[in-house]
Amino acid sequence: MSEPKEIAVRHRVDYTGAKMGMWIFLFTEVLFFGGLFLLYSVFRSKYTLAFHDSAKELDIFLGTANTVILLTSSMMMALSILFVRKGEKASSILCQGITIFLGLVFLCNKYIEWSAHIRHGIYPDSPLLLQMSRGKIIFFSLYYVMTGLHGLHVLIGVCVISGTLLFTARGKIYRDDFVKLENTGLYWHFVDIVWIYLFPLFYLIT
Amino acid sequence: MNGKGFPLHIPKSRVYVFVWLSLVVLTATTVAVARLHLTRYAVLTAIFIASTKSGLVVTFFMHLKEEPLILKAMLFIALFALTLIVLLTFSDVWFRYQ
Repeated sequence: MSEPKEIAVRHRVDYTGAKMGMWIFLFTEVLFFGGLFLLYSVFRSKYTLAFHDSAKELDIFLGTANTVILLTSSMMMALSILFVRKGEKASSILCQGITIFLGLVFLCNKYIEWSAHIRHGIYPDSPLLLQMSRGKIIFFSLYYVMTGLHGLHVLIGVCVISGTLLFTARGKIYRDDFVKLENTGLYWHFVDIVWIYLFPLFYLIT
Repeated sequence: MNGKGFPLHIPKSRVYVFVWLSLVVLTATTVAVARLHLTRYAVLTAIFIASTKSGLVVTFFMHLKEEPLILKAMLFIALFALTLIVLLTFSDVWFRYQ
C-alpha cells in the first residue's frame, strides 16, 4: 500500500487550494446571511414587543426537533468523511444516506410549520397579516425570507450529498481522493451553523 | 502544487460523538434559559450559546483546528468584517431612535 500523500500527488489534487476555494465561497455566504441577520437585529431593536408577540406563533417543539435533526445530520456528514478516509465505503454511504434522510425530515417539518401558518392566514401579503402591526408584518416577512433561504440551502445540500453518495458508490470518492465530499461537508456544516442562529432568534424570544 | 495539503491525520469518531452530545446539551440549555425570561440578557445569552455551538461545529466538524494558519486568518477577517458592518450600522440605529 503506498502512502496516501503520494497517491494524491499522482492524482494532482490540491487539497489546500480546493478547501480554500470552498471556504471563500462560505465567507460570501456568511455575509449574505449576515446582511439578513443585521436587518433582523435592527428591526428587532425597533419593534421589540411585536417581535416577542409574533414569536409565540412559532412551534418551539418543532424548532427544537429540527435543531437536533440538523446537528445529528452534521455529525453523520463528518462521520461519512471519516469512514471514506478509513476505506470503509459501505459505512460512508450509509452515513451520507442518513444525512440526506435527516435533511429531508428537516424540510418535512418546515412544510408542516409553514402550512400551519398559512392555514392561520399568516403568509406574505395575506389580508390577516396586513391588518397586523408593522412590527409583526416585518417579523413574519423576515421569518419567511430567512427560514425560506435556509430551507433552500438545505435542499441544495441534499441534492449535492446525493451526488457525492453516487460518487462514493462508484469509487470516484475514495480513501485517497475525497475533497469533493470534504467540501460538501463544509457546506453542510455551514447550513447547520445558520440554523444554530436562526433557531434562538426566531423561536426562543417569546 | 500537486497533492498539496493532503490531510494525514484522521480524527477519532468518538470525538464527533462527544461534540454532537455537547451540541445537543447546549440546545437544551438555550431552550431552558429562554423559559427563564431573562429579558435584557436573554438575547446576549442566546447569542453566546449559539456562538459556542458554532465554534464547536467549525473547530471539530469543519476541522478548522487542523487547517493552516492562513485559513484561520481568512475566517477571522470575514467575521471581523461582519462585526464591523454590524457595529457601524448600530452606531447609527442606537443614536437615531433614542
